[in-house]
Amino acid sequence: MSVLAYLIPISLILGSVGLAAFFYTVRSNQYDDPEGDARRILNDEWDDKPKP
Amino acid sequence: MTAQLRPLLAACPACVAAPHDGAEQAPTEARLALSLPGIHCQACIATVERELNAHPGIHSARVNLTLKRALIEADPDVRVADLIPVLEKAGFEAHELDLAALAATQNDKAGRDLLMRLAVAFFASMNVMLLSISVWSGASDATRDMFHWISAAITFPAIIFSAQPFFANAWTALRVGRLNMDVPIVLALVLALVTSLWETFLSGEHAYFDAALTLTFFLLAGRYLDYRTRAVARSAAEELAALEVPRAIRLLDGDEYEVPVADLAIGDLILVRPGGRMPVDGEIVSGQSELDRSLLTGETLPVFADPGLAVSAGEVNLTGPLTIRATAVGEDTSLHRMADLVAIAESGRSRYTSLADSAAKLYAPGVHILSALAFAGWYLYTFDIRTSLNIAAAVLIITCPCALGLAVPAVTTAASGRLFKKGMLIKHATALERLAEVDTVVFDKTGTLTAGTPQVTNLGDHARADLEIALALAEGSSHPLSVALSRAAREAGIKPASVQDITEVPGYGAEGLYRGSRVRLGRAAWVGAEQGSQTAAWLDTGAGEAKPFDYTDALRPGAAEAVAALKAAGKDVLLISGDTTGAVEDLAGRLNISKWVAEALPADKSARVQLLADQGKKVLMVGDGLNDTAALAAAHVSISPASALDAARVASDIVLLGQDLEPIAEACGVAQKATRRIRENFRIATLYNVIAVPLAIAGLATPLIAALAMSTSSITVSLNALRLR
Repeated sequence: MSVLAYLIPISLILGSVGLAAFFYTVRSNQYDDPEGDARRILNDEWDDKPKP
Repeated sequence: MTAQLRPLLAACPACVAAPHDGAEQAPTEARLALSLPGIHCQACIATVERELNAHPGIHSARVNLTLKRALIEADPDVRVADLIPVLEKAGFEAHELDLAALAATQNDKAGRDLLMRLAVAFFASMNVMLLSISVWSGASDATRDMFHWISAAITFPAIIFSAQPFFANAWTALRVGRLNMDVPIVLALVLALVTSLWETFLSGEHAYFDAALTLTFFLLAGRYLDYRTRAVARSAAEELAALEVPRAIRLLDGDEYEVPVADLAIGDLILVRPGGRMPVDGEIVSGQSELDRSLLTGETLPVFADPGLAVSAGEVNLTGPLTIRATAVGEDTSLHRMADLVAIAESGRSRYTSLADSAAKLYAPGVHILSALAFAGWYLYTFDIRTSLNIAAAVLIITCPCALGLAVPAVTTAASGRLFKKGMLIKHATALERLAEVDTVVFDKTGTLTAGTPQVTNLGDHARADLEIALALAEGSSHPLSVALSRAAREAGIKPASVQDITEVPGYGAEGLYRGSRVRLGRAAWVGAEQGSQTAAWLDTGAGEAKPFDYTDALRPGAAEAVAALKAAGKDVLLISGDTTGAVEDLAGRLNISKWVAEALPADKSARVQLLADQGKKVLMVGDGLNDTAALAAAHVSISPASALDAARVASDIVLLGQDLEPIAEACGVAQKATRRIRENFRIATLYNVIAVPLAIAGLATPLIAALAMSTSSITVSLNALRLR
C-alpha cells in the first residue's frame, strides 16, 4: 500500500496543475472570443514567425 | 501603458496620488468599437483586420467574431466615420458602437468569478470522489481514515472558496428574517462538513465530503447557466443601446463641433440635421421643417415646425436643418422624466414571486423541520448525539435542492436559447414565467403593429400626367411621404415628367416649374387645400383643384399572423394608440381587432393596463414609443421591438431583434411549455426525495446512496430541460 504515498500526491499535483492552467486561461481573456479563435487557426498570416 | 507606469510606481509609490502625473496620462490613444453584423468566417476576420490596420493612425485592431465586433486602438483624432466607408468598400456593413454603453460587458467579472468557483468545485469533487470510491469499495481501518483526512484537507478550502455565493445569499436572506433556497443549502453544507470531520476524528465509517462537494458543483453549474443566459441577453441589449451613439452638433460662433450629448448645457445652440433625433428638450431658433413625433405620442402625422416651437428629446427632424436652443438637458428632459415613471411602475412588478422562490418557500422550512424531527427522534431513541447528528446531516444532504437548483436555470437556458434563435431577447429572469400566464395582449399601433413607413393608398385615382409630375417632385425630396410616393410610382411603371427648378421648401414640400407653370407637392395648407383626418400629400399642378395622395402606415411583417395566432390561442387582443381615431379604426379593421382605443395619452395607456391588471388579467404589452414606456412597465410582461426608443427597451422584459412580429405568438407557446417543464422538474426532484428521505430518516442512508440520488436527479432534470430545444 506504500505506493499510495506517491500516487495520491501525484494525482493531486497533476490535478492542481490543470486547475492552475484553467485559472490562467480565464484570467488572460482566452474565452472572450471562442468562435473567432477557432477560425483564426485557418489564417495563413504569421505562419512563418509569430506576430511581434 | 502599464509597462511605462510601473517604474514610476516603484520609484515613488507616494507619487501615485500626486497631481503631477496628470500630464503623463494625456490621452495618446483612443479606443473605438465597431459593430460588424455581417462577418462570419476566417476570411472576414483577416480582411477587416488588414483594412483597419492599414488605415493611418490606427495602432491595432482586433475582431471578435463571437460578438461580431471590432475593437480599435488608434490616435485620438481618428474618426469612426472615416473607418466605416473603408470597411463598406471591402464589403462589410459596419456601425459605430458607443464604448461607454458597452462598458459593463467589457469586464465580465461576475461571470469569471463563478467560472473559477465552478472549476475549483469540479477539481475538488473529482479528487474526493476518487478517494470516496476507494472507501466504498472496501478500504478499511487506517487506509480509510487516511483517505477521509485527505478528503477533509481538500474539501474545506474548496468549499470555503466555491460556496461563497451561497453563504452570501443565505446571509442576506437570514439578516432580513427570510428563508430562501440558499439557507438549507448552507445548513446542509455546514452540517455535513462538521459531522464528517467529527466522524473522521473518531475513525467513523461514513463521511459526506464528496456529497458536500458534488452538491456545490451541481448548484454552481445551475447558477452559472442562469448567469450565462442573462449575460448573453444583457450584452445583446447593451449592443442595441450602444448602436445609438449619443452625439450632437453644437454651434459656437458659427462653427460646428461634434460633442457627446452628455456635454450639452442649457442655452447651447444645437444643429439638428434632417433625419436626426432631438438630443435635448429645446426651442427652435431658426429653420423650418417637419417633426415626426410618433415615438413620443404615437401620432403618425408629421408636425410642422418653425421658430418658437418647443421640441422634446426623441423627436425626429424630417426635412430641413433646424437650430434649437437647449432648455433642458440630461436628467431634466422629458425623456428622462418618463424614465422615472417607469421606475415607479417597476417596483410594482418586483412583487412577482418566481416559481423557484415559491418552491423555496414551501421547501426550506419543510426540510429544516424534517431534519430537526429526525434528530430529535433519534436522540430520544438512542440518547446518542453522534448518531442523531449524523442522521440529521444525511437527511439535509439528501433533501438538498440540488435538482431544484438546476430545475429552473436549465429550462430557462434552453427556452431562451430557442427564442434567441427566433430573434427574441429575454432580458428579465422571470420574463418567461410571466409570459406563460398572459391572457390579454395590448398592442401599440405606430412603430409596433405598423412599420412606421407610409404607403400610398390611392395611386390609381390619379391621372397618369399628374402622377408623372408628382413623381418628379417627390424624387427631389427625402421626406418619408415623398420617398413612399416615388417608390410606389416607380413600381407602377411611371416615368417622371421633366419638371425644372425643383426645390424643397423645408416644412412645406417640393415645388418646381412644369411647362411654364408652378407645380407643388406638399402640405394641404401650402397648396390651398383643406387638411383631412388622414395623412396626405397634396399635388397642385397649377390647373384645377389640388389632389391628395392618401397614405396609410404599412403593416409590420408578421403583424397579421401574430394577432391571428394570439387570438387563436384564446388571448384577448387590444389596440391602444395615441394616434387619431380614423387611423386607429382603419388598422383595427385591417387586423380584425375588435377592441381599440385611440388618442390615448401616455398616462391613459398605463392607466388602462393597470385597470386590466386590477380586473385580474395578466397583460402582455407590446410597444415601442416613449408614450408606451409607463404602460410597458405597468404590464405583467412587456415586449418592445429593437427599433424602439432606448427608454422603451429598458422598460420591457423581452426585445424583438428582427422586423417580424410573428415570434410573439410562438414565444407565448414556448413560455408555457417552459413553465410546464419547470413544474415537471420540481416533481422529479421531489420524487427522488420521496424515495431517499425515508432511507435517510431510518438511518440506512450511506454516502453512496446520497451521491447516487443527487447525481441521477440532477441529470434527469437537465435532460428533461433539454427536451425544449
